[in-house]
Amino acid sequence: MTGDWLDIGWVDEIPVRGSRTVQVAGGDDIAVFRTAEGKVFALLDRCPHKHGRLSQGIVYGGAVACPLHNWRISLSTGEALGDDKGCTPTVPVKIDAGRVLICRASTLKAAA
Amino acid sequence: MEHTPLKAKADTREHLVVIGNGMAGCRAVEELLARDADRYRVTIFGAEPRVNYNRIMLSPVLAGEKSFDDIVINDADWYAANGIALVAGDPVAVIDRAAKTVTTRGGTTECYDRLLIATGSDPFIIPVPGKDLPGVIAFRDMDDVDTMLAAADAGGDAVVIGGGLLGLEAAHGLSLRGMKVTVIHLMPTLMERQLDEAAGWLLKNALEARGQTILTGADTAEIVGDGKVEGVKLKDGTLIPASLVVMAVGIRPSVALARDAGLAVGRGIQVDDHMVTSDPAVLAVGECVEHDGQVYGLVAPLWDMCRSLADGLVEKPSGYRGSVTSTKLKVSGIDVFSAGDFSGGDGCEDIVLRDASRGVYKRVIVKDDRIVGAVLYGDTADGSWYFDLLKKQEDVSDLRDLLIFGQSFASGGGAADPKAAVAALSDDAEICGCNGVTKGQVVACIAKGARSLDAVRGTCKASASCGSCTGLVENLLALTLGDEVQAGPKTMCKCTSFGHDDVRREVVAQDMRSIPEVMQKLHWTTPDGCSSCRPALNYYLLCALPGDDVDDQQSRFVNERLHANIQKDGTYSVVPRMWGGLTNPTELRAIADVVEKYDAPMVKVTGGQRLDIFGIKKEDLPAVWADLNAAGMVSGHAYGKALRTVKTCVGSEWCRFGTQDSTGLGVKIERMSWGSWMPHKFKIAVSGCPRNCAEATIKDFGIVCVDSGYELHVGGNGGIHVRVTDLLCKVATEQEAMDYCAAFIQLYREEARYLERTAPWIERVGVEQIKARIVDDAAGREALRARFLYAQSFSQDDPWAQRAEGAEREHHAPMARFTPQEEMA
Repeated sequence: MTGDWLDIGWVDEIPVRGSRTVQVAGGDDIAVFRTAEGKVFALLDRCPHKHGRLSQGIVYGGAVACPLHNWRISLSTGEALGDDKGCTPTVPVKIDAGRVLICRASTLKAAA
Repeated sequence: MEHTPLKAKADTREHLVVIGNGMAGCRAVEELLARDADRYRVTIFGAEPRVNYNRIMLSPVLAGEKSFDDIVINDADWYAANGIALVAGDPVAVIDRAAKTVTTRGGTTECYDRLLIATGSDPFIIPVPGKDLPGVIAFRDMDDVDTMLAAADAGGDAVVIGGGLLGLEAAHGLSLRGMKVTVIHLMPTLMERQLDEAAGWLLKNALEARGQTILTGADTAEIVGDGKVEGVKLKDGTLIPASLVVMAVGIRPSVALARDAGLAVGRGIQVDDHMVTSDPAVLAVGECVEHDGQVYGLVAPLWDMCRSLADGLVEKPSGYRGSVTSTKLKVSGIDVFSAGDFSGGDGCEDIVLRDASRGVYKRVIVKDDRIVGAVLYGDTADGSWYFDLLKKQEDVSDLRDLLIFGQSFASGGGAADPKAAVAALSDDAEICGCNGVTKGQVVACIAKGARSLDAVRGTCKASASCGSCTGLVENLLALTLGDEVQAGPKTMCKCTSFGHDDVRREVVAQDMRSIPEVMQKLHWTTPDGCSSCRPALNYYLLCALPGDDVDDQQSRFVNERLHANIQKDGTYSVVPRMWGGLTNPTELRAIADVVEKYDAPMVKVTGGQRLDIFGIKKEDLPAVWADLNAAGMVSGHAYGKALRTVKTCVGSEWCRFGTQDSTGLGVKIERMSWGSWMPHKFKIAVSGCPRNCAEATIKDFGIVCVDSGYELHVGGNGGIHVRVTDLLCKVATEQEAMDYCAAFIQLYREEARYLERTAPWIERVGVEQIKARIVDDAAGREALRARFLYAQSFSQDDPWAQRAEGAEREHHAPMARFTPQEEMA
């Protein structure tokens, strides 16, 4: 599988208001989220605060709450919300005929 | 069509017939009933097939913030309870003043002694070609909203003609519903009747930033389409595609019935100060009337008119003197306020404050040392103060230098004290614009016993509609009740104005069954809550509905979702249950094997007398649990808001000081209570003698055995704030100790707030209250115990076993794996 996008599976495999991970050999996992509205986002699975696994947080609105210290991270920008400062790299995502595709270059960067 | 029986049995009272089941008609009847409930027999005719609702709240319904049920003012019970006959869905077609009858389109004829016309207004449809095409609608009633919602479901483009209040609200709602919206406005600035040019411009920019297209100075030439609307053509030739066109260019008093009946009609139905028309038997009220040359299209004058009308009907005439109107509203989430005359002119002086970065604009217009108008944009907190000064025609020359900074500065307070601001308002200052409630009425309602926001909403309806006056009402509560209200519960989180106790009570009272249902019925302000309220709601539902499948995994913290404790490196720790702190070779061997098999880097003895296996990877959890299950062990819930451990000492079986079998009792209690979800974690201990080796007096429930029985202690905590337990009581037998324990747990489950440990809960409600429920009230105790055991019959299902068998596998396995080298090869 080559090209600019990596096919990681069906949208339905991601629970609504939940997330799944993509394991990247030699690097951080990528967390793929699905919101209540059905939008899909991907971030490095790493909170900017203490590197908590964002994929394990509670997803609400367009944000995820980190399970370690409840930092709230915007799914679309990766920026910490509220008074906290920090940013998690985002990974471009697109949906094609029900399949979830994530940006290959960003994924390779995660492995680097 | 909804018909209620028209003919009551021989009723000799005068018959009041009301044409119009809207806000004015029903408000007039409410005012009348408040004065003399028995004086008239009342029949109301409504054109719409529904009960009386708050028309100005249609915008939130369109925007998805409210449902129709939320905006009903008087439900069917109100009509029944007051003996009012309602004919809904069959509009009156003819008034025969000579015969004193009205006849509906459906042919029903009814006699009247007094007739009240409250037909409101009709939307103005601009006479352009194509105005009758399907897909061209007004924004006036619930049917229009339904049409818009259906159009929004199909998606596409919408055009709203008219950039006034109604048009912008329609545009906002349609935009929120996903349509691409263009607003066409004839005038150069938006809402020119309520806002000056500067505020109109700020509003236009803000709406454009939210994705709407706003065309000002745009004149509609025709609506085009073949069989249905396809677009709008402007006089300059521009064609804007649209599958829906909403005409919101204005309203006209609905006078056709009155004119046909020969009543005096100017711009509206002409009435005197008592709302009586040219025929003494016929009255009129609301947007359909003309009083002293004025017609009104806002809700506030209606309240004044209805008061005067009702005073006249019970022969205590007061007389309506016209209204000075103000507009306070949220357009697309932006606060806007205006009042009085802001067109300027001779002798008018403007005081203006602009704060561009905050998007705030304030302008107060003063003439002869009196406020004649005000326009506020972005910050409308002082609107009611300016409006009050304006209506009272107060001399503001002393305040002038500080006037624009708002009430708190101008009154010399310096730092803003919202309570002082509310205290300074006069009794007839309007607090709730949606329901026409004054400060005096809110205070009276508090004085009569409404001691919470909810109670105020329920009685006088202030803050019950759009909620923008909630802060004012809360300040009035604080002012009127002093410290009594200070102890009132805080809201659950920013998503709601309700506190934990209110939410919980409503969940039970209304038999709610899902988190979305709670959020809908209690007006959550966010679409799916937040990480604070979702776990709380999930718990409240679980507790209220034992045995029902209501658990929402996505509303649980990760530890409860994965039944293990997340650690800082993203691995998990696993604690199998060791009943009462007892173990055996099989269990120890299985734990040792798991540690080796899954390379767990550390095993630790916990403070709760069991073993914690650290460093387990998320994907290995189901296999670890399968291995532990095979040795007979189940989840220790070390991760949950649930029963953690029952710590014991060795007791009379071995210890020379032991008075009772503390270990055996601990095991029995743990077997009874494990698996139960609670507001927070819950720890139990049983000590075999007063030396208290199991530290029972810093546990949520602690038992200290003595020669003559068992001392039961509650509300201890060994955390940041160490708290020693309160003694609940002493019992004689093991069975009693267990029964009291079960009852106490259930009381805590049902009445403590989510994330409230027993210690702060007991400090909040008082241990006497707990004793009264558990110790003094034997029947209550037994009922609590029975409810706990019933709930337990569903919850003692080992979550590990379910997961080991493959349940919710997606929580553990990655969705995909990616190896850059392989992929590039």
